[in-house]
Amino acid sequence: MADNNVKLQVKNLNFFYGNFHALKNINLDIAPRMVTAFIGPSGCGKSTLLRTFNRMYELYPGLRSEGEILLDGNNILGRDVDINLLRAKVGMVFQKPTPFPMSIYDNITFGVKLYEKLAKTEMDDRVEWALRKAALWDEVKDKLKQSGNSLSGGQQQRLCIARAVASRPEVLLLDEPTSALDPISTAHIEELIHELKEDYTIAIVTHNMQQAARVSDFTAYMYLGELVEFGETDNIFTAPKQKATEDYITGKFG
Amino acid sequence: MEKFSNNQQMQRQMLLDNIFRVSTRCFAFLVLALLVGILISLIIGAMPSLSRFGWSFLVDSDWDPVGQKFGALVPVFGTLATSVIALLIGVPVSFGIAVFLTELCPNVLKRPLGIAVELLAGIPSIIYGMWGLFVFAPLFADHVQPVLIDNLGDIPLIGLLFQGAPMGIGVFTAGLILAVMVIPFIASVMRDVFEVVPTMLKESAYGLGSTTWEVVRYVVLPYTKTGVVGGIMLGLGRALGETMAVTFVIGNSSRFAVGLFEPGQSISSALANEFAEATGEFHMASLIELGLILFFITFVVLACAKLLLLRLQKQEGKAS
Repeated sequence: MADNNVKLQVKNLNFFYGNFHALKNINLDIAPRMVTAFIGPSGCGKSTLLRTFNRMYELYPGLRSEGEILLDGNNILGRDVDINLLRAKVGMVFQKPTPFPMSIYDNITFGVKLYEKLAKTEMDDRVEWALRKAALWDEVKDKLKQSGNSLSGGQQQRLCIARAVASRPEVLLLDEPTSALDPISTAHIEELIHELKEDYTIAIVTHNMQQAARVSDFTAYMYLGELVEFGETDNIFTAPKQKATEDYITGKFG
Repeated sequence: MEKFSNNQQMQRQMLLDNIFRVSTRCFAFLVLALLVGILISLIIGAMPSLSRFGWSFLVDSDWDPVGQKFGALVPVFGTLATSVIALLIGVPVSFGIAVFLTELCPNVLKRPLGIAVELLAGIPSIIYGMWGLFVFAPLFADHVQPVLIDNLGDIPLIGLLFQGAPMGIGVFTAGLILAVMVIPFIASVMRDVFEVVPTMLKESAYGLGSTTWEVVRYVVLPYTKTGVVGGIMLGLGRALGETMAVTFVIGNSSRFAVGLFEPGQSISSALANEFAEATGEFHMASLIELGLILFFITFVVLACAKLLLLRLQKQEGKAS
């Protein structure tokens, strides 16, 4: 049975882009209802690792993974896993806001409609719930019929978070969610991450070490495809065990 | 203090700048002038027929050069019917080609297939015409038409379209050949616009658990709607105006028939066939009026496309 303190368990994970060995023997446990941050210099494989959690890499030929990733004890890299169902369970938010070319309302209902049949009133409730979760409701409640593109960058990103939350996933993957945003919008999103972790297991990739320190409970430092150090964020940032980690977080390198 | 204006260099540049501005403006207005010029000369040329037949020209199916009595119903019907058939077949096929090439195709096949589509667009229309007449029409008459007539001919209303003798040539065959001709145009435009959809946008949709079809239908198509409609219009433009290939296979009959397997006439095929031997004031004027109608149809089609885009935009929600 699944260990109650592990939501996602990565076991001996290797990942290849064609011949390039991008992830080397990654082992790591992600705790439920916690925020786990992945830091490291560009190209270290942190985004790649994140994208194995919902098998996004399968969209492209030549990419393959070896090893196991257990979500609640079930291997999601198995052949018989329904990728679409997996992705409905593991939501993702990207570097840049990606509102769909439709109204704000339809943006939220998009993912919900794929897997649930809801009556109009239930759907309205779900939209409000998701937008409240993403702290966007008060700003958009009077213009749900407007295009998602009409919002500001920060609002668009919160819309994308609301969209991911709306289909009630169990895990949220955030791939540098604030890298295209201004400091105020970034602060909004970080606050949001704090609130969302009450219900969701969150994995966040970030280039911003202060951000990792602010939002996460656990931090993983990766370098050249290897997991160098993984532990509680407070320990990683105050007393890293590895010299390499220390060099990176103190800015001597990277 | 040094002066900022009036030195020679400056004046020269300002002059050049002005010349540039004026000449680009001239080129732009040239388009407008040509358009208006063509329209006016068509109207003047068609005047005798316009004043003699009036609106009845549009609904009259007689085309009788000997009796000097002319009506445009048959060629207008032929043009519209062949173009509609071409789009009904061509658009879904092109869409399939474009989706396959952008979303599903393994990398090794991408280039060869893409090049094949572009080569298909480069084949001169007379070759399509010859191929249609000598290769396609006999095969169609022997193997496809009898089946369609047997199976669809008895259905009320729709059946009327599928009655007649299986001759191979006719309105339907012309539509099919046109479909083949517009597919490369529409497919390559669609592929190009599908390719500019940001990867991250598609991944977001996949990330919510959508299938490829759902991503294409709900994200890629709405995102590229302007380009897609533009591509279809490009194809429709070719289908409406295509002359040579259609003339080969449409049968060139000025007798009115609803059946799609009957020989017919399109505006452009009528023009190509009859201009050289047009006698009498009204014959020539009627042919020119046909040209005017074709011009008008194209205009209406473009206007409809614009309206459609505006409606789609409304559905998506206001921009601000």
